[in-house]
This record gives sequence, C-alpha cells and structure tokens, in this order.
Amino acid sequence: MSLGVSANRAKKKAKGIVLAKKAAPATTKKTSAKAKNSASAAVKSSAKKADSSKLVSEQIQLQMYDSMVKSRVLEERLIKIYKSGEAFFWIGGPGEEAFGVPLGMLADKGQGPQHDWLHLHYRCTPTLIAMGMPMIDSIRTIMNKSTDPSTGGRNFSNHYCFPKWNIAPVTSPIEVQYIIALGTARSQQRQKAKGVTIVTGGDAGTAEGDFASCLVWASRKGAELPMLITVQNNKWGISTSYDGQHGEAHIADRARGFGIKSQVIDGNDPIESYLAIKENLEYIRETGKPAFIEAHLSRLFGHSSASGANMTDSEVDCLKVFEQKLLKKGLLDPKEVKMTWEKYEEEGVRAQEQVRNEPAPTSESIWENIYVGSENADWRKY
Amino acid sequence: MANMAQAIRMALHYGETHLGVKDIFGEDVGAPLGGVFTATQGLKTTWNSPLDERGIIGMAMGIAMTGDRCVAEIQFCDYIFNTIDLLKIAGNTLWATNGNYPMPLVVMTPVGAGIRGSMYHSHSFDAWASRLQGWKVVMPSNPLDAYGLLLSAIKDPNPVLFMKPKALMRIRGEELIPGEPENEKDLKAMIDAPIGDRTKWKAKWPQLEEYVVPIGKAKVTRSGDQITVISYGRHLLLCNQVADELKEQGYSVEVIDLRSILPYDWQTIKASVEKTGRVLIVNEDTEMTNFGEHLVYRMTQELFYQLLARPRVLAGKNVPGIGLHPNLEDASVPQKHEIEQSIIEIISEVP
Repeated sequence: MSLGVSANRAKKKAKGIVLAKKAAPATTKKTSAKAKNSASAAVKSSAKKADSSKLVSEQIQLQMYDSMVKSRVLEERLIKIYKSGEAFFWIGGPGEEAFGVPLGMLADKGQGPQHDWLHLHYRCTPTLIAMGMPMIDSIRTIMNKSTDPSTGGRNFSNHYCFPKWNIAPVTSPIEVQYIIALGTARSQQRQKAKGVTIVTGGDAGTAEGDFASCLVWASRKGAELPMLITVQNNKWGISTSYDGQHGEAHIADRARGFGIKSQVIDGNDPIESYLAIKENLEYIRETGKPAFIEAHLSRLFGHSSASGANMTDSEVDCLKVFEQKLLKKGLLDPKEVKMTWEKYEEEGVRAQEQVRNEPAPTSESIWENIYVGSENADWRKY
Repeated sequence: MANMAQAIRMALHYGETHLGVKDIFGEDVGAPLGGVFTATQGLKTTWNSPLDERGIIGMAMGIAMTGDRCVAEIQFCDYIFNTIDLLKIAGNTLWATNGNYPMPLVVMTPVGAGIRGSMYHSHSFDAWASRLQGWKVVMPSNPLDAYGLLLSAIKDPNPVLFMKPKALMRIRGEELIPGEPENEKDLKAMIDAPIGDRTKWKAKWPQLEEYVVPIGKAKVTRSGDQITVISYGRHLLLCNQVADELKEQGYSVEVIDLRSILPYDWQTIKASVEKTGRVLIVNEDTEMTNFGEHLVYRMTQELFYQLLARPRVLAGKNVPGIGLHPNLEDASVPQKHEIEQSIIEIISEVP
C-alpha cells in the first residue's frame, strides 16, 4: 500500500464515522397490523444493535474484519487492473462486506445437498473471500485467463462459480438466481438434507418477476422450501435511485405477505448481519421453511467500471466504521490495521504479476464445453 | 399399440424407476389430471407447479445443477416464450462455467397446430429451438420414437428439449414398445386413469425395457431415388402418406424423419441428397429463418453440384399466429396437397 493510499484511507475513516450516524436502520410507520409487524422487525433489529457486539465473539469479529479488508483490497485491486487497461470491465461488491463476509462465514461450505447452496449476485466477492477463495482466482477471472477456475476467461469479474462449495454460477441477468435457487432448495427438501439454499440479489432486481416467483414457490403450503432469500438493498439500480423504482416501504414487506419470516437489517453492520444470518439459517434448518432478509448497505464504487468505478464519499463505508469500532474497543491496534491492509495489498500485487504471465484461452477453445465432454457441437462436423 | 401419450408416460415411468428421475413437474402434470394430454398420469414423482413458466424452467435448472434428474413440462410451447432467456442460460451454463456446471434436464412441451388450437395452442418452436446452443432438441413422429427419444433425453448429460407434436398424442404406431402388452385394451386398463374419482387409482406398469433412439440419428422412413423429403413430427406422417400415394403413380420418394434438430444427422441427409439430387424440407414453423433454411444453405454449400433442382422449404406462412377458423389454420401451415404438389414440381424441374 502506498503512503498516498494510506493517507486517503485515513481521511475516509473520519468521514465514515460521521456518515454512519446518518445511516440509521429503516423504520416503518405503524399504520396497520401488517405494517406493525414490519416495523417491529426493524425496531427489534435496531434495539438489538446497541448490545449486539457482545453476542459475537472477539475472534469472530476479528475474523470478519480480516476478510472484509481482504475483500476490499481485492476489489480495489480489480479496479486498478481495469483502470490500468489489463481488464475490459469491472463489476463487484465493495460496500457489501459487512453483509457478504458474515454470510460466507456462516454458510455450511461443501459440495452436495448436505451443504448449503449459494446463488449469489455479482457483488459477492466478500462472501467468497470469507469462504476461502484465494485472491488470485478472482484476478484470473477479471484478466480473463484460461486459468480462471470459474469461467476460463469467458465471463466478467465477480461471475464466480465453485462446484466444490455449491457456488452456483453468477449470471449477468440480475434476477434469474432467485428462481434457479428454487431447484437446489427443492433437491435439498426432497432429500431432507441438512443443507439449505441461500440466494442474494440487489434491490433493483426485485422488480423482475423472478423475485416474485421465488416468493411464491418458496412459500407454498406444505411444500415450503428451505431457503434464505436475501436482498442487498443499496438503493440503486445502475443510475436510478430506489425511490424511482419502488413504491413499497420495505422489500421485506413483500416476503411477509407470503407468510415468510422476514427482517430488515442494517447490512453495513457486520455484527447485526452476522446475528441475523445466523438466526435465520438456524430457523430454516430447524423448520425447513424459508426466511427473508433485506439488508440495507452501500455501493461504494458505483455500479461498475461503466460508471467510473470511483469511490463515493456519500455513503457509509462499513469497513471503516467497523475498523474504528474495533480500534476503540481495543480489539485492534493501529499497527495491526496497517499490517492487515498491507498484507493483502501485497498479496494482490503479487497475484496480478503472476496472472499477467498465465495463458489466455485459445481461439479453438470456443467449441469446448458446449456439451458435456466437449461432444461435437460444430454443425460443420455433424 | 400404445399411443404417443402412453408412450411418453411409459418412458417417464422407466425414467423414474431406472434412470434416476426425481421430479416430473409442471402445470397440471401431477394428480388428479396427469397432464393436459394425460402423458403424466400415474407416475410417482409428478407434482403440480404454480402457473409460472419461468419458475418451472428455473426450478428445473436448479435441480439439474445438483445433479438430480428432472423432467419439466411447459404445458404448451405457446407459453415458453417468456422463458427464452432462461433457456439460453440453461444452454450456456456449461460453456460459461468452462465445464464446471452441466445442466442435465429435460423440458418437454407440446408443439404445432392440427387440433384447432387457435393462436395460443398452435405455435411451433423448432426454429426457435434450433438457436438454443448447448441444448439438444428432438421431436418424435411415432410412439416408439417418443419412448426411445425420451429415454435418450433423460440419459443425456445436457439440456434436452423434447417437443411433443400435440396432434399426434393419440396416434398409434406400428411397433410395440419393448415390454408393452400386445393388446392395447390391456395397456389402457393398466396405465390410463379412470374417468371420475381417481384418488385410489394406481397405475399397473408393464415390465418395460430400455430402448433408446440416439439423439442426432435420423431414420429413412420411405426409400426412393427421385427426391429427398426431410421432415419431423406431425408433418413427417403426411410426407409418408404422400410418398406412398405418389408411389402408386410411379414416383419414387425418399422420406427422412430427422427426429433430432440439434444435433442433426447430416450424414443421412447427405447420403440421400447425393442419391436423389432433389430436396423438399417440410415443417410447420414459420418460413422466415426456418430451421429448414439452414439445411438448404448447407446443401447449396456442400452438395451444390449434385443438386438437380432448387431445394425448397415448405413451412408455415410468415404470419403472427394460427387463426382458429379452419380456413385460417389450413392456409397457415403446410397441407398434404401442398406437399404432394411441391414434390411433383421439384421432381419435374429440369436443370
């Protein structure tokens, strides 16, 4: 990490604390019985928050911090790779660390129905870092190398897939994961498996019909699906604000209408996210029924490289806020903070240098993996 | 002999008892109806879905991702169009993940006109389906092929679209499905749900045997040397009839039942066209950017100097839908007399 970057971060640290005060958790007016339920979920969440850090061990808090830094450094590295002309496009998840990291830590990682399935959106780097994805694999994806384990150089950054951890392929369409997730949940339900299905998506994607389909199919009486349905509400759909796209007070209210256990949380708070995800995963494992979390969080570098990929100073930086809290509580000291950031910065730089020399996919490879076993799919050879 | 609906039902039964099919689902697929064409009656893994085609395809994709086998139905292909991006994703997932995620699923859907189904029960889908890279696409013309193609589809590790020519669901074939009782009344008593209360009814399945029609393998249904007629599904039977009738008039017509659209059996087509030098392709999807046009293109590129006449595609008129009145439907999709007329014209054409 250069000194310039450090100084810049220090400035943002101070700003982050001020901004955090503005980002009070959403509340709802108690205008009806349903609204009362809705409001109570949000208020309960807020009340918990005051004392919630005691419910998460110091070790887990530090583990979350470490992964949040690692994920942020990686995303910043990906943006630098794009800006230096070594990648065509960047899209990713800086600003979602406080929700994504606890999600990755709490998911039951592994392959097969006994483990959790994750259908993630393209801001999921924090989740995968928390699960153990090496930084270099993400860099291989954005630099479209044949060594990219997710797509072999075929798709954009953050379009991950890892069968060994039940990570379903991330897609560019912003909604389809909500209905594809139904299938893995159905398989787990049929097998009475321990694993559950987790799906993430943005608030803008909930305008698509697939989100409603997910709620309908997951909540059918007697055929409920073991799913944690989540929305990362950053209040943006590319350049259109939440108010320009939604009439509902909370997206969570839509889930509540289907009888789904539903909650609005401050997704910029890793402690609150951790507790909410943990509680809901336990509920799903116990009951076999779906649960819903709407996490309010930030989008720190815009939609993608198409909108500049520059750090915004108008939204809460969850990482900086959390870092200050840990410093204040004495769980971290400034030296450890500096070392953590530097460690991952160095890992990112080294990874980029290595990937630069790795092979690109060959032209002939376009015919591979159209069918299983690369069975011929070229009509000229039928 | 089994009809096509019974053949499909028996294939699905074989699939759930021998090939690991875990879920057969779609709108009205489960009890009590067992499918609008009765093709899913009496099966043990069927269930009714919400009336939500995107949910059906998404569900199938997720099940396939786990490695479990499923067969999903879109009740009529007229209602599959709002799933087209999902079908694209199902077909490109293996490629996009560089081999990480196969998508072994079967989608079956009734296609075509012929039952006075009006605008939204008469669409065809074969031309659209031919643009679904990563899929295999099949359409049977008789019950035995329906059985064999469906078993192949279930066994295949890739997504397979199984198109059911809806006008043929009650036609009977000329060959028994292996294990099928010889007397069709016996079969009916065993596997057709009774009219009325079905709550206590259970199918008594015959001891079926495995029989596969390889995907990508066409069948020459009539041998001849003056012209090659290529078709599939409902129109294949019309082509066979015309070939038989013209034979009595001294014409020699070779008919190929393509059976698979993706991948298609070029070697059988090529061998036949090299022999006859004249070609007619018949299907009922609309004529512009029809799948048959691709075959004609390939013939002109690879067999140009063997051709003795312009190859033709006789397909559905390029109109927005199939109108309900018979005058409208008959004017929109190829009719038997048009097939006959086209064959005679092509045979008569002097180079």
